[in-house]
Amino acid sequence: MPLLKNGKITEDAFTRVTGETDFPSTGALIVDLTSWQEHRSELLGRADPIGIELAAGESPSEIADDLGNLSLVALDFPAFSDGRAFSSARLLRERYHFKGEVRAVGDVLLEQLHFMSRVGFDSFVLDSEDPVQEWLIAQDDLNLWYQPTEDGRITVRQKRRG
Amino acid sequence: MYQYDEYDQDFVEQRARQFSRQVERRISGELTEDQFKPLRLMNGLYLQLHAYMLRINVPYGCLSSAQMRKLGHVARLYDKSYGHLTTRQNMQLNWIRLTDMPQILLELASVEMHGIQSSGNCIRNITADEYAGVAADEVEDPRIYCEFLRQWSSLHPEFSFLPRKFKFAVTGSPNDRAAVKAHDIGLRLYRNDQGEVGFEVFVGGGLGRTPFIGKLIRDFLPTEHLLSYCEAILRVYNQLGRRDNKYKARIKVLVHETGEEAFRELVEKEWEAIRDGTLSLPEEDVALIRARFAPPKYEDLEDDTPSLESQRAENPGFNDWMDQQLAEHKQAGYTIVNISCTPIGKPPGDISSEQMESVADLAETYSFGEMRVTHNQNLVFTDVRKKDLFSLWQDLVKVELATPNHGLISDTICCPGLDYCALANARSIPLAEKISTAFADQERQKEIGEIYINMSGCINACGHHHVGNIGILGVDKKNTELYQLMLGGSAKEDASLGKILGPGFDEDGVVTAIEKLIDIYLDLRKDGETFLETHRRLGDGPFKERLYSAPS
Repeated sequence: MPLLKNGKITEDAFTRVTGETDFPSTGALIVDLTSWQEHRSELLGRADPIGIELAAGESPSEIADDLGNLSLVALDFPAFSDGRAFSSARLLRERYHFKGEVRAVGDVLLEQLHFMSRVGFDSFVLDSEDPVQEWLIAQDDLNLWYQPTEDGRITVRQKRRG
Repeated sequence: MYQYDEYDQDFVEQRARQFSRQVERRISGELTEDQFKPLRLMNGLYLQLHAYMLRINVPYGCLSSAQMRKLGHVARLYDKSYGHLTTRQNMQLNWIRLTDMPQILLELASVEMHGIQSSGNCIRNITADEYAGVAADEVEDPRIYCEFLRQWSSLHPEFSFLPRKFKFAVTGSPNDRAAVKAHDIGLRLYRNDQGEVGFEVFVGGGLGRTPFIGKLIRDFLPTEHLLSYCEAILRVYNQLGRRDNKYKARIKVLVHETGEEAFRELVEKEWEAIRDGTLSLPEEDVALIRARFAPPKYEDLEDDTPSLESQRAENPGFNDWMDQQLAEHKQAGYTIVNISCTPIGKPPGDISSEQMESVADLAETYSFGEMRVTHNQNLVFTDVRKKDLFSLWQDLVKVELATPNHGLISDTICCPGLDYCALANARSIPLAEKISTAFADQERQKEIGEIYINMSGCINACGHHHVGNIGILGVDKKNTELYQLMLGGSAKEDASLGKILGPGFDEDGVVTAIEKLIDIYLDLRKDGETFLETHRRLGDGPFKERLYSAPS
């Protein structure tokens, strides 16, 4: 499935090896939380970028101390209606100040892209024939926001203060 | 009431255009019904038994004349010329055509109305005391904080896909008219011993299949922290609420299973991390919102209104209405007027387009163009000059909105039931009509006194049956509609849940059973006790014994 980053279809530099323990010696990898916990030193010894995929229900607090070593955190949506990853993304950005890539994977809906970009996701794996068009539609949905998040968009409350 | 500023207006119009595009994609076949369903639900459009139903938000129950007139117009042009007032202080239109939705949303947006988040697993319309801002017993006006909650919760990027729906209620009075302990979050404004205003925060109340009274998880929350504290509660819920079973997904189950103390610790810990951040409400922001609730220009009036006495003496109907429908206003010479939309023998909460347009006109004449929807499915005029009461009553009589049954037995709460609802097991409206007809006699109603009968046509409890003094639950037993009774519930500050009394009754049988329960109460009550007080003193025992042993 295509990877959408900054509104463009982007070559995925990472290889997802979740559920595996035999890691290739080179290349950027995305591993699952258990693999990370069990093979942390081996993975840290590799020269290439490393990312972790958190399943819904796995809290970013479990990798908070390692975020400095990570280039990417992928957050899974097992169903579009399962919104746990929205909180995880905000925690990564606002609580732990993670500056790397936060990627939405799983059942990602067009109608959620807007919300996702507000809570800190910056890349999306979309099951779509035309993800760029979907991204453009989602950007066009709204240009007013009541909620402050770390994406820095000016909220209605700030506009009122002038 | 709150007046939208340019941002609020733009927001609603953008959303209406967005949904219009989605409807067009559905009509053209670009979207399947499965893909369209979550989109329409986010905009309050349900597919019911017979047609689409649109639920239109009335934020914390406040409606202007212009809005009510527009609702009347929309109901006439696009529906069957009536609407239904709900227990969440909203209005539902029951016979909507999908192709009309884009136009309906634009019409609603023109008067600051919409259906955003009136459905779905998100934060629903905030409800509040229907007398907010004008009640004599009020400590602080809750509407300003309701408005902050409304804005904060509108298309919240983090909390739009919660485990389940989420309901707030807010009151600023010690006398709870908002059922705050029956909500996911209930807030009560009060002044502490130091003279500071803050909230009691109740979490995890709710009805449905698993009823709970809300737990007090913070006894004093300074108002400036309202949004950060709510965000902390919602974040804990969004992460930990159950998603494996929709019937166990409400926050009440999380609070119950986690334990009150452990849940409080989770919330407080989360709150500590965000409490002094961007969600704080500095006084300058509060002042901006408060300014948009421009108070009406009250006249300087004497509270004593001698003309009323002779008008009451000469008009028994007016006298009855005066006895029942008024509530004390904070301003001398003014009163709050309850307007019953639950007439004898008619569906509770239904209101015709003609009536909507009439009350819109009457509110302009008598109540500064403002009214409220109540969770009892009635209306309130907030600011009526006492000297205008007789004239108002005469005008209400003409449009059949002068039933004097506020707080009496015929003023039932009732869900739409099997006549409309895809979830229902039993009809509830015909039963409500039979009950109010059985107790139509005004003298008998007054003799019975204050009592609340709440009925739901299924276990989901939209009619709040657990917190009725008499609750009625419709069930389906072997393809027959049966009704179970429960006694002793209350939605007020003394909130309690009723329990099923015994075997159920059929539709006629349940009316007879209620008449018997009332006779038993009248026989057992002491010194002006209400039904609830008598039941609390004696318990189910004598009611159950005499109801089920009496020859039928």
